[in-house]
Amino acid sequence: MGEPMNEAWRPKALVFTKDWNTKNGHSLEVYRASGGYKALEKALKMAEAEIIDEVTRSNIRGRGGAGFPVGKKWSFVPRQSTKPKYVCVNADESEPGTFKDRYIMERSPHMLIEGTAIACKSVGAHQAFIYIRGEFGLAYTRLQSAVDEAYAAGLLGQNVMGSGYKLDVVVHRGAGAYICGEETGLLESLEGKKGQPRLKPPFPAVEGLFGCPTIINNVESLAGVPAIITHGADWFKGLSRSAAEGGTKLIAVSGHVARPGVYELPGGLTLKEIIYDVCGGMRDPNKPLKAVIPGGSSCQIVKPGQLEVCFDFDAMRTVGSLMGTGCPMVIEEGTCMVRLLTRIVRFYAHESCGQCTPCREGADWLYKMLRRIEAGEGKLEDIDKLDQVASKIEGHTICALGEATAWPTRSYVKAFRDEFVRHVTEKCCPFGEIPVTTRAMTGAIV
Amino acid sequence: MKLYNESDHGTPAKKATSEVKLSVDGRVVSVPAGTSVMRAAAIAGIGVPKLCATESLEAFGSCRMCLVEIEGRNGTPASCTTPAAEGMVVHTQNERLKKLRRGVMELYISDHPLDCLTCSANGDCELQDMAGAVGLREVRYGYDGENHLKAKKDESNPYFTFDPSKCIVCSRCVRACDETQGTLALTIQGRGFGSTVSASQNQSFLESECVSCGACIKACPTATLMEKSVIDIGLPEHSVITTCAYCGVGCTFKAEMRGEEVVRMVPFDDGKANQGHSCVKGRFAWGYTTHKERVLKPMIRAKVTDPWQEVSWERAITHAASEIRRLQEAHGRGAVGGITSSRCTNEETFLVQKLVRAAFGNNNVDTCARVCHSPTGYGLKTTFGTSAGTQDFESVEHADVIMVIGANPTDGHPVFASRMKRRLRAGAKLIVIDPRRIDLVRTPHVEASHHLALQPGTNVAVLTGLAHVIVSEGLANEAFIRERCDFDEYLQWAEFVKRPEYSPEAVEKVSGVPAETLRGAARLYASGGNGAIYYGLGVTEHSQGSTAVMAIANLAMATGNLGRPGVGVNPLRGQNNVQGSCDMGSFPHELVGYRHVSDAAVRAIFDKAWGVKVDPEPGLRISNMIDSALEGSFKGIYIQGEDILQSDPNTKHIAAGLGAMECVIVHDLFLNETASYAHVFLPGSTFLEKDGTFTNAERRIQLVRKVMTPRNGYADWEITQLLSNALGYPMHYAHPSEIMDEIARTTPTFTGVSFDKLDRLGSIQWPCNDRAPEGTPVMHVGSFVRGKGRFVLTEFVPTDEKTGPRFPLLLTTGRILTQYNVGAQTRRTANEVWHPEDRLEIHPFDAEERGVKDGDWVKLASRSGETTLRAQVTDRVAPGVVYTTFHHPSTQANVVTSEYADWATSCPEYKVTAVQVSPTREPAEWQTQYARMSADQRKLAEPSK
Repeated sequence: MGEPMNEAWRPKALVFTKDWNTKNGHSLEVYRASGGYKALEKALKMAEAEIIDEVTRSNIRGRGGAGFPVGKKWSFVPRQSTKPKYVCVNADESEPGTFKDRYIMERSPHMLIEGTAIACKSVGAHQAFIYIRGEFGLAYTRLQSAVDEAYAAGLLGQNVMGSGYKLDVVVHRGAGAYICGEETGLLESLEGKKGQPRLKPPFPAVEGLFGCPTIINNVESLAGVPAIITHGADWFKGLSRSAAEGGTKLIAVSGHVARPGVYELPGGLTLKEIIYDVCGGMRDPNKPLKAVIPGGSSCQIVKPGQLEVCFDFDAMRTVGSLMGTGCPMVIEEGTCMVRLLTRIVRFYAHESCGQCTPCREGADWLYKMLRRIEAGEGKLEDIDKLDQVASKIEGHTICALGEATAWPTRSYVKAFRDEFVRHVTEKCCPFGEIPVTTRAMTGAIV
Repeated sequence: MKLYNESDHGTPAKKATSEVKLSVDGRVVSVPAGTSVMRAAAIAGIGVPKLCATESLEAFGSCRMCLVEIEGRNGTPASCTTPAAEGMVVHTQNERLKKLRRGVMELYISDHPLDCLTCSANGDCELQDMAGAVGLREVRYGYDGENHLKAKKDESNPYFTFDPSKCIVCSRCVRACDETQGTLALTIQGRGFGSTVSASQNQSFLESECVSCGACIKACPTATLMEKSVIDIGLPEHSVITTCAYCGVGCTFKAEMRGEEVVRMVPFDDGKANQGHSCVKGRFAWGYTTHKERVLKPMIRAKVTDPWQEVSWERAITHAASEIRRLQEAHGRGAVGGITSSRCTNEETFLVQKLVRAAFGNNNVDTCARVCHSPTGYGLKTTFGTSAGTQDFESVEHADVIMVIGANPTDGHPVFASRMKRRLRAGAKLIVIDPRRIDLVRTPHVEASHHLALQPGTNVAVLTGLAHVIVSEGLANEAFIRERCDFDEYLQWAEFVKRPEYSPEAVEKVSGVPAETLRGAARLYASGGNGAIYYGLGVTEHSQGSTAVMAIANLAMATGNLGRPGVGVNPLRGQNNVQGSCDMGSFPHELVGYRHVSDAAVRAIFDKAWGVKVDPEPGLRISNMIDSALEGSFKGIYIQGEDILQSDPNTKHIAAGLGAMECVIVHDLFLNETASYAHVFLPGSTFLEKDGTFTNAERRIQLVRKVMTPRNGYADWEITQLLSNALGYPMHYAHPSEIMDEIARTTPTFTGVSFDKLDRLGSIQWPCNDRAPEGTPVMHVGSFVRGKGRFVLTEFVPTDEKTGPRFPLLLTTGRILTQYNVGAQTRRTANEVWHPEDRLEIHPFDAEERGVKDGDWVKLASRSGETTLRAQVTDRVAPGVVYTTFHHPSTQANVVTSEYADWATSCPEYKVTAVQVSPTREPAEWQTQYARMSADQRKLAEPSK
């Protein structure tokens, strides 16, 4: 493929990946050698409000997909509450196509721990939980070892860095449910209950884990915090080209590009730059780009004509989609979009917690209809029904998992209606694909 | 007559100091802050469609039927989970919402059988109603692909079925089990479309932890969970509000009827004692009322070895009356007596004691309360001035520390236990004083801070030890004591409890309760906020039962835990009307309202009302009657609704006493064990067949309403009246309300009570008079009934029942959830499935020492007698302690219990018997003999049937 022509995408400085190419980069030794835990040392001497102010000014936004400003979230914790306060790290990275947090935990676990510790200090929490996806093996081992190292080095425990501040961090492994990545589902699971989202309000900042004020942040959001404290909010903000968000961003690209992988990029590149400059374009020159799923499989599809848009939380909305987790999946011509949607909807139907009706029943019916269409057994009216059912789900469920099912459904049907029609009229897949599965939906599906 | 349907506002009522005003579909409504939009709409008369919401459960927000539009807010929030706010403008119906709801309903119905016409819930199904309400006209998704339509029914529970094909996964059953009952036996298993309701770990309902309280069935909006009686009979057409006849909680039920047939008993939401909840007994175990063994015709016989002869009511009554008069003429006025029943109504109990005092002309009347809560009456009257508990049940919701002593609420008083558990789950602390590890010690989301597993018979030592810690650590509430109690008596008492023999270390030696546990419990009770004590027969049924009750009263006074909600001394009454039977003058020394017979002023009231001279001398207690019978001076007895042979201690002694009498009149539903010694049998009526009132453990008088004609011909009060008239003492009550009017006329604490007022208010807690026209929920507010609270010295005197080489173990007894007392009713229902026999709980150490394995037959022997039963090896009991229930006549646990009794009230010491346990292969001699006799007796009744 050769080196990309345009190098303008390279960030001015590396935040997340600075130690990734160093041997034993995940160790405390390497992390400290490159300035690790300096931020915590500094934060321990700062007032709570000062830390929050710095983080707020850095304009870092939640990187789990929702993009809520991190500092603002911290400021919601009621100072006067006499209850214990908790920090929960959402390390249950389960959105299909998203694989950036795992890299942080495998390669720079101390950065997450330091960021978590600073978050705790900022809200007066003495206990943090890192809820890590159960399937993550190496990430868990590395993270747990790092926590152990940090305790041994006095960076956690009864007297953090000799400051007198007490902080305990527990790494908790999930048991394999997408819904536990939803922040209140995560809290339920952490409390030992079945992972199901809670009704909001009350919001976790007021009434979260064990009924106490709790902040829940994504791994990447917290891993960015030490750099903000060390170098200052302005430095961090300056790493981004976009006014929408500060800092560099981990972009994990998958699909039919020449060089998929995790990249640290300045905020605000366009999807076009990411795909063609950073990732070297499409893997097969004969198969041009057909579509992009921008930030996790729940996002609405983006078509080739929309790639000039800035890949940030605000601009992506103008093309009817989202930045989400910031992990685009790139799709080449020749891919069957009906099959793709069936596969995605199967995932969400399987992961529906079953608590509320539109998602529990609706997602399953969407999947059943899609399977029929994909297998060439559908009817034309089924295509409209897909949109109708999805519209009953969207906006009407307890948590956002309903949208995660409805958004792709509605957008794929709209953008690629002809493919759905051909499946019906030709009574088979025009791309010659074998149907996703014929397995039973009730109980376990494979 | 109509079917009574409570309104369902969808979400629970909120208590708040401020109100918010909002507009719902143009109607302005003001509601307490925190009220849901759904409830506000309901109050405004607008029914928002709903499926997962119901008033008894917290909002869940899962069905998405109740979505509404709120001006100025995005989207369509769920009205059940959205709190109403000031100035809110809500629209519950428009084109968009209509479409949405129809869409959700279409999804529901796409996985639901369309067999409405043959469905047992046809006409009583919220899914059906909602499909109609949203105007569902088609289901477009078809039924291709996987669905739940063929899911298998679970019919394992004797009372209800679970049909998952009809389930809409609204979680109402799961939440009812969690929130209402607190057993947490149900869950939603799986996720997404594969979500199904599951009992325990995907077990059948019968095998699971389910306690069959019925809360899930009541909560189910479809036919998924359905009473088998409804499946058999069909839906009811009218309902009657009445009161349960099982335990002292006094649950209000709707008897849902089809003609004179009961279709189901449904707990009534407005029931003050139960708030719409129930247990397996009241909800389901009413089959005994129509059981084939029920005797419906009067019978007489000359000798107890003769066959029974069925006779007319007239003949039976005349015969009984002439026998009583004959015995009185031959042996004196005091040669006969009567026993009232805590199972019968206040009016019936009142009549029986009136019969004895006015028609028999003596005071030989006693009641089964003698053998359970008589020490409560004595102890609380002595210390506070009233023979009753101090609180209402609602009080527990304000308690911070709950101390349960010698009671097993989850088995004995399950509906109140659910309320208590709800408070405990919300954070109240728990102290349990019981030799046995009752369920409450550790149950889902509830764990006792301290469990004082004392040796049976050491209550007074432990309670005085608690006082020792409170006084010597300066935790007593001196301000309260100075204001409310006799301070000099307090000082004396404080000196007494500070004695070294009540130090935690000394008490540990006697009771086995570690000193630190005792200290911890004392500190928690004295300083943990509102402290409430609940106790049961584990306190009263001891040789020092009355002393223990007073020791409890002392603790409450010393810590100032009296006279307001959240505190108090609360006896958990065993039977439906044990409070009432005591109130009604059933004791030989007291007239109605606990007034002594020796008080001339009191007697004057009754002399005038009854036109007789009431005997100023107290009469005989049950035990005295039996003793006198053996001596030959007591010859005849009228026993209403009690099986003294099975329930009273030392069975052989009772049998001998009954055998020595010349006329035993048993008035009961069944040919009970006592009837084996009877000469006249008068068939009784059930609670479904008569009007009257019961008084529950919180002094709450509630109406019992007749739902069917008495199958035996007469209500019990009518039978007593017939007997009285035959004896020449006329009674002419046309209705039990007239009896209550007489009670009100003669009793200061009942002055304001009438059936009309009960009908209007639902219930009344006595005292009810001019000072408290609507009753008294909490007593001793401001001052004690007796004036100053009285501290009584409670010296620990160990029982004479002591272990030794021959009898090294201590036996204590109790009850189990599904059976009730001697089992006369519950053994004649499907409840037998859960508890078909009494078992002996024995600690693994003691079992191993004796070569006893779980399920083995063992001989249980004491000085009094022996019996055999099967062993259950468990560490619920401590080493050295064994435990059994007394529900089955074949076990005859009371053959073993001793003749020791409370020093003040003669309440038997059921809870402490020195015993030996040994492996055996055959029934005890007494059991064989008794079984033969019992079988013979039943044969004697057969020819006449």
